Amino acid sequence: MTTVEIPLTTRKDWSSDQEVRWCPGCGDYNILAAIQMMMPDLGVRREKTVFVSGIGCAARFPYYMNTYGVHSIHGRAPSIATGLAVTRPDLDVWVICGDGDALSIGGNHFIHALRRNIRLNIMVFNNQIYGLTKGQYSPTSETGKVTKSTPFGSIDHPFNPISLAIGAEASFVARTHDMDRAHMQATFTEAHAHNGAAFVEVYQNCNVFNDGAFEAITGKANRSSMLIPLVHGEPIRFGDDGERGVVQRTNGHLEIVDVATVGEAAILRHDAHAEDPGLAFALSRLSRGVHDPTPIGVFRSVHRQEYGDQMTQQVNEATEAKGKGDLAQLFRSATSWTVD
Amino acid sequence: MEGGPPVTEKLDRVVVRFAGDSGDGMQLTGDRFTTASALLGNDLATFPDYPAEIRAPAGTLGGVSAFQVHISDHDISTHGDSPNVLVAMNPAGLKASIDMMEHGMVVIVNIDSFDERSLAKAGYSDSPLTDGSLHDFDVYEVPMTSLTQEVCKEVGVKPRDAERSKNFFALGLVSWLFTRPTDGTLDWIAEKFKKNELVAEANRRAFRAGFDFGETAELFHVRYEVNPAPFKGGEYVNITGNTALAWGLIAAADRSGLPLFLGSYPITPASDILHELSKRKEFGVRTFQAEDEIAGIGAALGAAYGGALGVTTTSGPGLDLKAEMIGLAISLELPLIIVDVQRAGPSTGLPTKTEQSDLLQALFGRHGESPLPVVAASTPAQCFDAAMEAARLAVTYRTPVILLSDAYLANGSEPWLIPDVDDLPAFSPDFAEETNAVDAEGNPIFLPFLRSPETMARPWAPPGNVGLEHRIGGLEKAVDAGSVSYDGANHEAMSMVRKERIAHIANDIPATALDDPSGSASVCVIGWGSTYGALNAGVERVRAAGGKAAHVHLTHLNPLPADLGEVLSAFDTVIVPELNLGQLVTLIRANYLIDAKPLSKVRGVPFKAAEIEAAILSAIGEN
Repeated sequence: MTTVEIPLTTRKDWSSDQEVRWCPGCGDYNILAAIQMMMPDLGVRREKTVFVSGIGCAARFPYYMNTYGVHSIHGRAPSIATGLAVTRPDLDVWVICGDGDALSIGGNHFIHALRRNIRLNIMVFNNQIYGLTKGQYSPTSETGKVTKSTPFGSIDHPFNPISLAIGAEASFVARTHDMDRAHMQATFTEAHAHNGAAFVEVYQNCNVFNDGAFEAITGKANRSSMLIPLVHGEPIRFGDDGERGVVQRTNGHLEIVDVATVGEAAILRHDAHAEDPGLAFALSRLSRGVHDPTPIGVFRSVHRQEYGDQMTQQVNEATEAKGKGDLAQLFRSATSWTVD
Repeated sequence: MEGGPPVTEKLDRVVVRFAGDSGDGMQLTGDRFTTASALLGNDLATFPDYPAEIRAPAGTLGGVSAFQVHISDHDISTHGDSPNVLVAMNPAGLKASIDMMEHGMVVIVNIDSFDERSLAKAGYSDSPLTDGSLHDFDVYEVPMTSLTQEVCKEVGVKPRDAERSKNFFALGLVSWLFTRPTDGTLDWIAEKFKKNELVAEANRRAFRAGFDFGETAELFHVRYEVNPAPFKGGEYVNITGNTALAWGLIAAADRSGLPLFLGSYPITPASDILHELSKRKEFGVRTFQAEDEIAGIGAALGAAYGGALGVTTTSGPGLDLKAEMIGLAISLELPLIIVDVQRAGPSTGLPTKTEQSDLLQALFGRHGESPLPVVAASTPAQCFDAAMEAARLAVTYRTPVILLSDAYLANGSEPWLIPDVDDLPAFSPDFAEETNAVDAEGNPIFLPFLRSPETMARPWAPPGNVGLEHRIGGLEKAVDAGSVSYDGANHEAMSMVRKERIAHIANDIPATALDDPSGSASVCVIGWGSTYGALNAGVERVRAAGGKAAHVHLTHLNPLPADLGEVLSAFDTVIVPELNLGQLVTLIRANYLIDAKPLSKVRGVPFKAAEIEAAILSAIGEN
């Protein structure tokens, strides 16, 4: 975590007076703590910060932040946040979703917010389960998953949220997990700095309905060998001594190899700023599930003009060209006639 | 009468209907004729009547596009029950319109299109021009296509393109027939087609040829004049309901000092509001074409949360989809305007045809106890006032408001007396900028649901103010504090507050406007929305024949005027004409225990004045 010379606020200033009501042991506590502790370092103001959420466990998040906040309806948070962000460019707008919220009922708003590149920090707490409705499979649950609504196993093929976001023309796509505060904070900070729609998938443990879903990759003992940290400009390597790495074959496929076998020079360097989303997409396909080594960090971060800025620009240009709107003129913009 | 120059006959009113194929340019022809009449000072009302398909199968009844305009030398309120003059560009246009006409009326047909194939497409086995079926009409056969092609020969356009100018020939001919000036239309052609001089010239020639044909062909022995109507002095424009509604929203934003934000998804017949507002960025208007109906209202609500005048526009199918977000807006108590330009339903229904069947949905179409104000526009021009009123209620009372228009108002037009901007109602958002309470230790705090004693409205506190940070949501909120509360007694208290705060608005709307010059009518017709014109014309007919009839027309559907029950109770018979199967009548019966009678019509077209007149006369006979 970075240090700030003059802390204007502390975590306490960002915590509301509401009792946090997630189940004891829920991964959401870690994410909340990470964000509350990070906010003082972002150089932002509480009264200019808004958390918007939909419905689900994750959606209770705004109640716990001492900022402005809206707890809205299932799946629609990105749409509400869109209207807010494009009319109030002075605000920092965070959208907190769950996997069912963002990718199932709100899938349409999610992809359109990304393609429009609206200045939103969209956090999807992915626990691969419906928690608040007590344990049905979600659009990110693995095929075959036995839940209350799939007693014989789910036959749904899951979404890969990172692939989906890249396919939806997202300009910023990242992944982190609830067991690593420093990584969460670094990732959220980068998302916040992005001028456009920033999507962060957060692997989050639901210890009641889907406990240990990510243990194979995020468990302390497994992280080094199962998480592949993506750092822009750096070779993509992992393992205790960086002994494993990712190479790209001539057919474009990525493959995990022993660095010693192929040589350091053969290891792929991560380029999050590449205009072409091909590499980011290939990285999102590297892992077929939570039992394979899985990339975390920023997959893609490219500049594209922000939506609200363009909207404001059109308003400004029209006002400059025509002068500030005048009602008396507007009413006469069709052919008028006078009766004496 | 043969051979001599035509005589000019004065008419006090006339109804002209242009009917042809969807691609024949009938809407444009009707619109130009309307503008010329408006500039002459006639009162007028229009009724564009077109199919849902952009290009329905050519020549079929389903593909007929028509435009009816009623012009007069006196105050009128409908587009006319029955055309006096029909211009039929093809057999289908004739067939779709002839049953609307009374015997003796004028029918002008483009004879070039009455070939065997076109007749068959329209479902005629024999030509109506020769089989005697039009015997009782005054029929004029004019070779519009060939004459248009003839005059366009030298212009250099292809014969097929020249043929497309035939609607201007028709416009020229009708302009001659009704002694309309030609300058305005010629100027308009020059402006509209300035990027394609060949087309402009073809249209110009076709228009002149139509006009000259009337003058020289000696086919018509009468020309008509309709004198200007005695309008109140002032400046007028001819305006459609959708344009008036859009301008009303802009005016409301201007007069309240709020930035206007529209979140919308294209849908017939509401899209023109989106189009109009998207052109007006110099007013600071932001329009957002969302990914779906839900996102349209979601973005509007988000903008309202941020301190904008949030609006979403839609029609019935979209209103269905927005229901959950409207419920959230009710729970959050934020200003929001939902415009429903009604069309015939259920489901996709008749997308271009008018109906008033969303009233009960507007009032009750959400889960839970979720009241909100409902305002309905009554004429195309009145859409302006209705939009301003919806905005005033939304902002003053921090509530979503449903504004009902319909397809008839949306596309129909009438002259609008341009108001003086300074006379328009102004209202203040009165944003919360300071804390409004103290906690147990005496520290200043902000309670987002602490209400104004006058309006019962909560503070509107967009993000940005230090010390006013607060969280709101769709979960039930504690009285005053606004924090989450699962307490049953609190829920009941909040439910009552939500009910009362909307009911309370009855104190801030006009009392029932009863139109009964006799003061002693026994029959009252009560309507709402776009039936105003037909109801008004219906009662006028009864009165002109010496009868008595009262008329009440509602703009506010929720809450209703406080004295409405009392007013209606004074009549022996209350008739409720509606373009639905009886929705307002249900409310009146339920609210006031009055034995009100429905008069229903769901044919996709407005009431005729004669239908209202007949219902009143029948009721008078029974009393």
